[in-house]
Amino acid sequence: MEFSELIHTGRAQAELRRGGEAPPLRGTLCVTGHHLLLSPGPQSTPDLWLLLLRSVDSVEKRVAGGSGTITLRCKDLRVLQLDIEGVETTLDIARSIEALSSLESVITSFPFFYRPKGLRLGDAWHFHPPESYYKRVARETTAWRLSEVNQDFGLCPSYPRAVIVPREVNDDALARSARFRQGGRFPVLSYYHAPTRTVLLRSSQPLAGPQKKRCAEDEELLGAVLACVHLGARGFIVDTRSAQAAKQARLTGGGTEAKAAYPGWRRLHRPLERGRPLQESFVRLVKACGDTEQSMDLWLSRLESCHWLAHVKEALTTACLAAQGMEREGACILVHGSEGTDNTLLVTSLAQLILDPLSRTMTGFQELVEREWIQAGHPFQLRCAHSAFSHAHPKHEAPTFLLFLDCVWQLSRQFPLSLEFGEGLLLTLFEHAYASSFGTFLCNSEKERCLCEVRTRTHSLWSALNQPKAQRKLRNPLYVLNPLTIWPSVEPQSLRLWQGLFLRWSRSPESSEVVWEKVWQIVAEGEKTEGAQPTASA
Amino acid sequence: MEHIRTTKVEQVKLLDRFSTNNKSLTGTLYLTATHLLFIDSHQKETWILHHHIASVEKLALTTSGCPLVIQCKNFRTVHFIVPRERDCHDIYNSLLQLSKQAKYEDLYAFSYNPKQNDSERLQGWHLINLAEEYKRMGVPNSHWQLSDANREYKICETYPRELYVPWIASKPIIVGSSKFRSKGRFPVLSYYHQDKEAAICRCSQPLSGFSARCLEDEHLLQAISKANPANRYMYVVDTRPKLNAIANRAAGKGYENEDNYSNIRFQFVGIENIHVMRSSLQKLLEVNGTKGLAVNDFYSGLESSGWLRHIKAVMDAAIFLAKAIVLENASVLVHCSDGWDRTSQVCSLGSLLLDSYYRTIKGFMVLIEKDWISFGHKFSERCGHLDGDPKEVSPVFTQFLECVWHLTEQFPQAFEFNEEFLLQIHEHIHSCQFGNFLGNCQKEREELKLKEKTHSLWPFLLENQKKYLNPLYSSKSQKFTVLEPNTVSFNFKFWRNMYHQFDRTLHPRQSVFNIILNMNEQNKQLEEDLEDLESKIKQQKNTPTDDIIPKELLHSVHPESPPLKTSLCLKEQTLLPVSEALRTIEGSSPPDNRYSDYAEEFSKSEPTVVSLEYGVARMTC
Repeated sequence: MEFSELIHTGRAQAELRRGGEAPPLRGTLCVTGHHLLLSPGPQSTPDLWLLLLRSVDSVEKRVAGGSGTITLRCKDLRVLQLDIEGVETTLDIARSIEALSSLESVITSFPFFYRPKGLRLGDAWHFHPPESYYKRVARETTAWRLSEVNQDFGLCPSYPRAVIVPREVNDDALARSARFRQGGRFPVLSYYHAPTRTVLLRSSQPLAGPQKKRCAEDEELLGAVLACVHLGARGFIVDTRSAQAAKQARLTGGGTEAKAAYPGWRRLHRPLERGRPLQESFVRLVKACGDTEQSMDLWLSRLESCHWLAHVKEALTTACLAAQGMEREGACILVHGSEGTDNTLLVTSLAQLILDPLSRTMTGFQELVEREWIQAGHPFQLRCAHSAFSHAHPKHEAPTFLLFLDCVWQLSRQFPLSLEFGEGLLLTLFEHAYASSFGTFLCNSEKERCLCEVRTRTHSLWSALNQPKAQRKLRNPLYVLNPLTIWPSVEPQSLRLWQGLFLRWSRSPESSEVVWEKVWQIVAEGEKTEGAQPTASA
Repeated sequence: MEHIRTTKVEQVKLLDRFSTNNKSLTGTLYLTATHLLFIDSHQKETWILHHHIASVEKLALTTSGCPLVIQCKNFRTVHFIVPRERDCHDIYNSLLQLSKQAKYEDLYAFSYNPKQNDSERLQGWHLINLAEEYKRMGVPNSHWQLSDANREYKICETYPRELYVPWIASKPIIVGSSKFRSKGRFPVLSYYHQDKEAAICRCSQPLSGFSARCLEDEHLLQAISKANPANRYMYVVDTRPKLNAIANRAAGKGYENEDNYSNIRFQFVGIENIHVMRSSLQKLLEVNGTKGLAVNDFYSGLESSGWLRHIKAVMDAAIFLAKAIVLENASVLVHCSDGWDRTSQVCSLGSLLLDSYYRTIKGFMVLIEKDWISFGHKFSERCGHLDGDPKEVSPVFTQFLECVWHLTEQFPQAFEFNEEFLLQIHEHIHSCQFGNFLGNCQKEREELKLKEKTHSLWPFLLENQKKYLNPLYSSKSQKFTVLEPNTVSFNFKFWRNMYHQFDRTLHPRQSVFNIILNMNEQNKQLEEDLEDLESKIKQQKNTPTDDIIPKELLHSVHPESPPLKTSLCLKEQTLLPVSEALRTIEGSSPPDNRYSDYAEEFSKSEPTVVSLEYGVARMTC
């Protein structure tokens, strides 16, 4: 399909208002297949303003007299206004933006055309596959193996080709267990906690159904997990649904592990919100954050009634619970909800950040996101199709990944010295999960990414992030390796609204950026003088 | 002491305020003449000054003993369990007596002895000199003069002796105006803005009733606007809600009638009175003291307490002042009812927005001394220093500190001091350890002979300045001459470090502040070392005998290396306490958190399905 068919009027004179203190830009507006450009003329700086059309969440047009106004609400929560000369032109351009921003085809999306200078295709793609994590596990224990049973994605379409499983369990048993789990997501290793030699596993719900079916291989698999640790080891199954919801799931073929069938394992229920209610919570919060005129009472009541911070608290609490089980009780933890692609990943990835100092480094965190979200099959394309402004009825959208980033931000506030990355990285990941020039967050699973040849035909966000010039924005200047477990406080008084994200465009960015810069200066100054000293005395 | 019957009780339990599984520390409780002291089995000491105690409560007897709940004015809440009821009763009665003194002379300040001799103490009292401060502002000048009308406190008992009034305001006018103002508090200068030649003035409400007027008062207001050559009109800001002001008219008080005063622009700003503020704080503390508080209850409680709404109202009023002066060159006269609560809040905050001097450590002391202490904010009544009318107690000054904190959050580089400084000051308005905040006005303070019998707080804060420095402060930045805060609702946050300052489990586990502070210090140290060494090298190079230079250099540098080494050692040592504190907090923290209540669930052997809500187990299936 040609993009030109969707572009009715390609060019117009327009004025762009970006809100806040940014001055308006006047110039020639241009719609291309993937971008909206505004060229104010060569003498101005910057001489080009560029917006990825994919990042437009909603388009609103208003015409009056001989001109029109288009309001663009972006997926990164920015609100832009374009004043355009000519009524027809305005309507045409609005229609083009609407059509081009909602194209569903992956292989015609911008990452397949983006060829930035200084990066080579395929550079960072070999960086994080499960094999590299397995190497880490294998250094600690021989009880686990890398299985390629899912080589052709036949067993589980949302798992990567290789997964880490107990050495004692053969591929046939895995295949049977996969048939007993929704979407074929049989229990696999997510994290090996060396200090207590316990493991964190994830899966989807068992397909017990109304007859409370059982699967010997699935039971054998979980039994083998405990045997890997030591004789008589205990395990906990953290179900991210309420006991009631888990029971009800039986009617539709799902359910939960029968306690008699899995000796040594016990279930805990920690209901976490998902799907539409979570999306609505996000939408309501963003709406409240956009209103600068509201009274204090209204603001506080909207902050309360949107429940977002309650979700943050629940997610952190559940992750802490899992971490505590491993660290303090020496128990193994299996996390699952229904599909095991949303809240399950939220809990396992947060638990790792709390427990594992390596995952709190710059590379470690990137690996964590790659391994626990992208390769673990979080359906980014479905979940992040729209952000908080879309008028379309949400179908599969849910800000689970954003909730994860928010929880990480809360950790970074409580442990400001223990994470190697700063708020800048979290904001960047949020933006790119919803709309990106890079292929990293495309598609819903490894299988789809293979079919679309994402790895060979697009650039990886990770290689762009690891360019030296990007570091000052992304790194935490105060980082010192903290080898301990970081237990956060989850009391409401200790949790804060993530202003840097939700109020990013409505507050003056000044204070936080100035402070960030100042801290960098202080750190750099120290390094400089410290470096200078030996030369003076030598 | 006649009030103390039991001085030591053993096997007392100190409960964790927020733990749902009644976690506790066991230790010994000591009662001294000035403090309540608890030493736990790890030898950790918790000191509670008797004057800090706001309320003591004895709860119903339980199987483990008799619970005693103490709430402090610095927002510490402790929950003891005393094994024997008799001991509990004794301590309870003693504390009731000790925390509420009837006479000023029994307050801690009169017995506190910090090892200073008399001349040091006097020097301390002279640290803040208000005459100098007015000179710094640029008065007296051709428009403003020092009036001696109140030299003997004859016109107004609650004002200081030295007052600045317009040059053209004669004594009869002042006397006339003071008779028309509640408590005689006639309009006087609070802050003078040299560049704009505009002034912030303060007074109390006029005794206007429904129709009364006073020519002298009208003259005085006119004199104030004439003292500002740049602008013809002036603002009169009534900080009360309009309804309250109207109600006051029935009592013969009220507000200025615009028709009687030429060139005034009248404005209400709607800050609630001390009683509303007191109950608002009460509600706030009730909400955030709840065990197992849910996120939603926290925010709905925050909303219904109205606390942040009140803070925003004070801030908005101060911004109104600053804007009038900066944008319109207009002078402002501020009053509320008596002119010592809301007026002090608004005048001092307005000055703080306008003048960067008040954002330094010394300047902030001056500001408090000027607008709060000297102009008669009734610290002793508002803080309940003595056993008095509980209806006079109100967190007016706490609100001022909170407004300043919000400004430090919005302008992280504009203040020389940090949060700790504000918390320290708050601690001492209630501690009665220093003389500064005792009494309700200057006259009373003089009668109490505070300068002879007690010590001033300020030199002690200055001495520890390092602790209170904001490492991000940039004094040079011109951008920060006038602060223009944005008071959109979401810029106001709950001040956890004030209202939960002793609930360490709720705090961030690592502090950026200390680290940056240390880094700054190290940088300074290293730079000095570097300069030192460089100058040494230069000196050596300048010595004429060429041959010896290299050898000499080596020799001279070597003896110099010890200071370098010490500076490196110093670095490690200064960093260590921080990271150690961090270790202990982290190591012990999972049991401190609520999710740890699961620990018990983990250890139960029976394989039941358990869903837990805040530690309450609900058995299912």
